[in-house]
Amino acid sequence: MQVRSMHFKATASEKLADRRLQDALSKTRGKFVAGRAQAILELDNFDEIRDAAQRIRDRVLEHLDLYLEEFERNATARGAVVHWAEDAQEANRIICDIARAHGVKKAAKSKSMVSEECALNDALEAAGVQVVETDLGEYILQLAQEPPSHIVAPVVHKSKDEVSDLFERHHQRPRKESVPDLCREAREVLRPHFLSADMGISGANFIVAETGSTLIVTNEGNGRLCTTMPKVHVAITGIEKVVPTLEDVTTLLRLLPRSATGQSITNYVSLTTGVRGGGEQDGPEHFHVVLVDNGRSALLGTDFQPMLRCIRCGACMNHCPVYQTIGGHAYGWVYPGPMGSILTPSYVGIENALDLPNASTLCNQCGVVCPVKIPLPDLQRKLREKQVERRLRPWPERLAIKLWAYAASQPEIYSLGARIAARVLRRMGGSDRLIHRLPPGASGWTEGRDMPAPEGKTFHELYRRRGGGR
Amino acid sequence: MRVGLFVTCLVDLMRPRIGFAAVALLERAGCEVVFPETQTCCGQPAYNSGDRAAAQLLARKVLREFRHCEYVVAPSGSCSGMIREHYPELFRGEPEYEDMNRLAARTFELTDFLVNRARLADVPGRFDGVVTYHDSCAGLREMGVKQQPRQLLAKVEGLRLREMEGAETCCGFGGTFSVKYGEISSKLADNKCQSVQASGADALVLGDLGCILNIEGRLRRLGDQKTRVFHVAEVLAGIEGNE
Repeated sequence: MQVRSMHFKATASEKLADRRLQDALSKTRGKFVAGRAQAILELDNFDEIRDAAQRIRDRVLEHLDLYLEEFERNATARGAVVHWAEDAQEANRIICDIARAHGVKKAAKSKSMVSEECALNDALEAAGVQVVETDLGEYILQLAQEPPSHIVAPVVHKSKDEVSDLFERHHQRPRKESVPDLCREAREVLRPHFLSADMGISGANFIVAETGSTLIVTNEGNGRLCTTMPKVHVAITGIEKVVPTLEDVTTLLRLLPRSATGQSITNYVSLTTGVRGGGEQDGPEHFHVVLVDNGRSALLGTDFQPMLRCIRCGACMNHCPVYQTIGGHAYGWVYPGPMGSILTPSYVGIENALDLPNASTLCNQCGVVCPVKIPLPDLQRKLREKQVERRLRPWPERLAIKLWAYAASQPEIYSLGARIAARVLRRMGGSDRLIHRLPPGASGWTEGRDMPAPEGKTFHELYRRRGGGR
Repeated sequence: MRVGLFVTCLVDLMRPRIGFAAVALLERAGCEVVFPETQTCCGQPAYNSGDRAAAQLLARKVLREFRHCEYVVAPSGSCSGMIREHYPELFRGEPEYEDMNRLAARTFELTDFLVNRARLADVPGRFDGVVTYHDSCAGLREMGVKQQPRQLLAKVEGLRLREMEGAETCCGFGGTFSVKYGEISSKLADNKCQSVQASGADALVLGDLGCILNIEGRLRRLGDQKTRVFHVAEVLAGIEGNE
């Protein structure tokens, strides 16, 4: 997917002014946050489960190569073909080759964020394959030719009316207004595609080393249809998604739907192992698993390794006050919100996403809700440190920090500066004790707020004058 | 108990009365309060901007200044959080690591100290009206400040506390974020103001001056001159109304 993270500020500004988006965001904010809060009450040891989940993910990351090889052995033994793709181009080439080898004309696709990273749909279309997104949100985005704005609910930024408009324009049927009618129409339009697809493409919420299986959670049933009906099934996944055993997967599944949408469990949990066996009625004849690196292994052994624990639940963005006000598109790539603020610079280059780790108050609501306890604000700070090390920060900012730090290390200079500043700012506040415009450098504050004027003397001087204390 | 007051750079510059309120409360609890006069800043602006070297410089200074204090208490979740949660990490693998751990272990946010260490029994403040409380992020999530201010406010004669929607949601200050991403910051402040106003409270009370300036600044720009904004120390010590 094309990187637009360098336009963060301008896009965020547009999104703040977008009334329709703001309405859509406030509706979803309530639903996901309240939903999760309710769902976790079902577990009386929620925090212990989070600890267990963190340990499972950390164990995998410590021995990622071994678990991936175990997965490959077990998957292959059950009739799957496992491919290793170092980057997006290789992943696309592998999947286009599979399509060509089987004469694929149409692929039915259930949701996969890593396929967005690779821009897989574009590569397949260029190779003459029609790709139909079957997750309702992704299908809507395909009609609108827009990227997703959320990793679990990709179309949260759209209102029902916008969907009605799109369906009316593209389906050549009378306009539908109600949600059930829109869903029914989507079902009717998509069903023939499932039946005529030569290849099904899925992502994987997890892959299980013990059995060589891929696992997806869906609410719509499209995942099932994509992975069992076409004669070729391709599962594309990031390498970090491997989990040692089926039992480990159940621990993670206790957290994933609750953290994501507030469901105790999704409507469908689909575990795919091998190919159609002797006597079986359904299942593909060919099952390919494409393991994609695309920058993940570069995080191993670094301060950013904890980010690879991520199980793509979306809780962080649902709870992030910044995401809640600007939506996902401003982040400019596949992954928005707090997890995106770490992954985007890590995968597309720190210099291409300078704003993302900085556009955060470090409030840590994300870290509090993360099911695998990723220390997201700490990682944002580490990226800020990297930007400083690589001299990617604007020089006025660097100078201001250095001057501040120097002054603060010299009590006499600081004390004098503070006394002057307190008086100047008090003067600027005038009779209503409010500063309406701060000078350039600080004017970002007063564009939207006043600054209450200070008392006019510093604590240091008053304390000394009072002889200490009262 | 010998308490070193870490007054914070914002309180020092903008609102000294919060510092005096903190001293009054600590003394009322029976503490000996000292004020190391060379103190300036905990280094958080540098730390959050990615400048570890500058942050370390200021952290070493804080360590020296508060060496002889049994406790370090700040009327701020953010600054006390910097010392408690981040100073040790700043010096991991460095010679000062153990010293920083010890400093961290004796650093407290004001209301947490008053309730859990000093066991302040009663407060002099009076307040006729309804207040609502904003849980500043660092105080809540780094320093575990939630019940302590509420317990203390319950002792203020005449005061009624009414909780607002989204009390724990970030107000949008975020230090330099408020200036670098001013538009997003103002929108978050706006959301907070709406919550405050919807609660019908006469005043908003909270424990961090950065958040105070942010929320008060947005209230006034919205034309709300009525809703007062106080630091919890001011309300407890009864020093409000000194404007």
